[in-house]
Amino acid sequence: MSISPDDIQKIARLSRLQIEDDKVEKLSGDINNILGLVDQLQQADTSNVAPMAHPLDAVQTLRADQVTETNQRDKYQRVAPATEDGLFLVPKVIE
Amino acid sequence: MEWETVIGLEVHVQLATKSKIFSGSSTAFGAEPNTQASAVDLALPGTLPVPNEQAFRYATMFGLAIDADICKRSVFERKNYFYPDLPKGYQTTQLDAPIVGAGVVEITLKDGSKKNIRIHHAHLEEDAGKSLHEDYHGMSGIDLNRAGTPLIEVVSEPDMRNAEEAVEFAKTLHSIVTSLGICDGEMSQGSMRFDVNISVRPKGQSEFGTRTETKNLNSFRFMEQAIALEVERQIDVLEEGGEIVQETRLYDGDKHVARSMRSKEEANDYRYFPCPDLLPVVLTDEYIEEVRAQMPELPAARKERFISEFSLSDYDAGILSADAGLASLFETSANISGDAKLSANWVMGEFSARLNADDVSAANAPISGEALGQLVLRVKDNTVSSSGAKKVFEKLWSQEGSDVDQIIDAEGLKQVSDTGALEAMVDEVLAGMADQIAQYKAADDKKRKKLMGSFMGPLMKASKGQGNPKLFNEILAKKLND
Repeated sequence: MSISPDDIQKIARLSRLQIEDDKVEKLSGDINNILGLVDQLQQADTSNVAPMAHPLDAVQTLRADQVTETNQRDKYQRVAPATEDGLFLVPKVIE
Repeated sequence: MEWETVIGLEVHVQLATKSKIFSGSSTAFGAEPNTQASAVDLALPGTLPVPNEQAFRYATMFGLAIDADICKRSVFERKNYFYPDLPKGYQTTQLDAPIVGAGVVEITLKDGSKKNIRIHHAHLEEDAGKSLHEDYHGMSGIDLNRAGTPLIEVVSEPDMRNAEEAVEFAKTLHSIVTSLGICDGEMSQGSMRFDVNISVRPKGQSEFGTRTETKNLNSFRFMEQAIALEVERQIDVLEEGGEIVQETRLYDGDKHVARSMRSKEEANDYRYFPCPDLLPVVLTDEYIEEVRAQMPELPAARKERFISEFSLSDYDAGILSADAGLASLFETSANISGDAKLSANWVMGEFSARLNADDVSAANAPISGEALGQLVLRVKDNTVSSSGAKKVFEKLWSQEGSDVDQIIDAEGLKQVSDTGALEAMVDEVLAGMADQIAQYKAADDKKRKKLMGSFMGPLMKASKGQGNPKLFNEILAKKLND
């Protein structure tokens, strides 16, 4: 599998990253190198191996259903660029 | 050409946990914006999710209710997309190993026939926040109180063939989750939201047509209307030689129009991968059996019990068992009053009418099953007439009183059932109605029945509306026919 400069731009757009045109060539090279390693890994026979969901051989601890958080809105909103009526304001996103 | 509609549903069910799925924030509805959004819900750096056991318990209950396999090792994935009301940039959800596997829901249609709707799976996930697009100086406002509220998304197979089946399926699901107590079922608050996948094909064709998805319907009525509208649109397009484009559509119930959400192809590139912040969740056989042992009664079983225990008709039992709140009201009232049929009539009549008019659910009604039972008892023992009982009901509903007997006394609604007193009133009234009596005596049986009414008016007036109409009738008939 290899990745084209167009793929790089698409992934960047989905991730809301801005990538300068002159960096795209180098990046696709780097990522293709990584994908080369993945290709190598994929040559291993895994037909008898269950897919791994997590590298740690442990299971998730669950918590009891209790409300433990209190209202800290003022503190959280102190670091927000814009707020009003308790809302976080962001550039208009309606479709 | 004759067309066949094919419908599949995706239903988002908000679970009635106290706290969120991955944080200890409250899930209570209606709080001030962002007062229930913690550092985890806001996706602040360095925070980690810790799953809520109750969400797994509720999902397991749902799985057992639809006869599905429960996944004993379920895994969470990240579904990546960009939207401001999703602060992490991904929704934590399940893809490869959802907690609830394939199951089945039986629906009963209006003609009494039954049909099985297969469930493909149901998975646990977190809800997003809310975006408010009113004018905040050209910006959007974001409220993250809802972000992280636990949901199960129930995905059906494309087994429904018309709007009636789809709505019946939705109502049955509503009935199951509210009876289990895993969802409050408040549709107006978004506790259940429906995405409807619709396609049409020439009748007899086995392949499916191209489908569209109408998103976020939050009432049964809107769902029915949206399906009718979309089916008509698709048939029109096809009959004019056009093609259906796979797309997401939004239905505006107030205007009865739907529009395409410009299909942003890239938005559907979700780049799922296992969430590294969460380990697999393992549920043991003992855990699942413990949940099974504590399962509350399901609507289908309750319906059968109402028929056998209270001798209700199939129809009455069906309505009363479907909604857990309504069922509990009925049962309490029937037990207190000792009259199941009369209780059923009140719950399905006056009570349901007021619930609809005020748009409240049975569970939140201002009248308890105890009070209703007391009122039914007073109708049954002739303390109040049915019209008097309606006045008591109004007082109870508007919370101007809570004790049935007190209201009856205070409003002077106590019915006079003392036959001696009633007989005296009848004699007095009849003494002044010689003409009508003569008319009555000359009339045939059929006419006599009608003429009886002309005596009742003056009698009710003479008794200030408190005479027992049934006894008045009996006394009158005796006196007039002698």
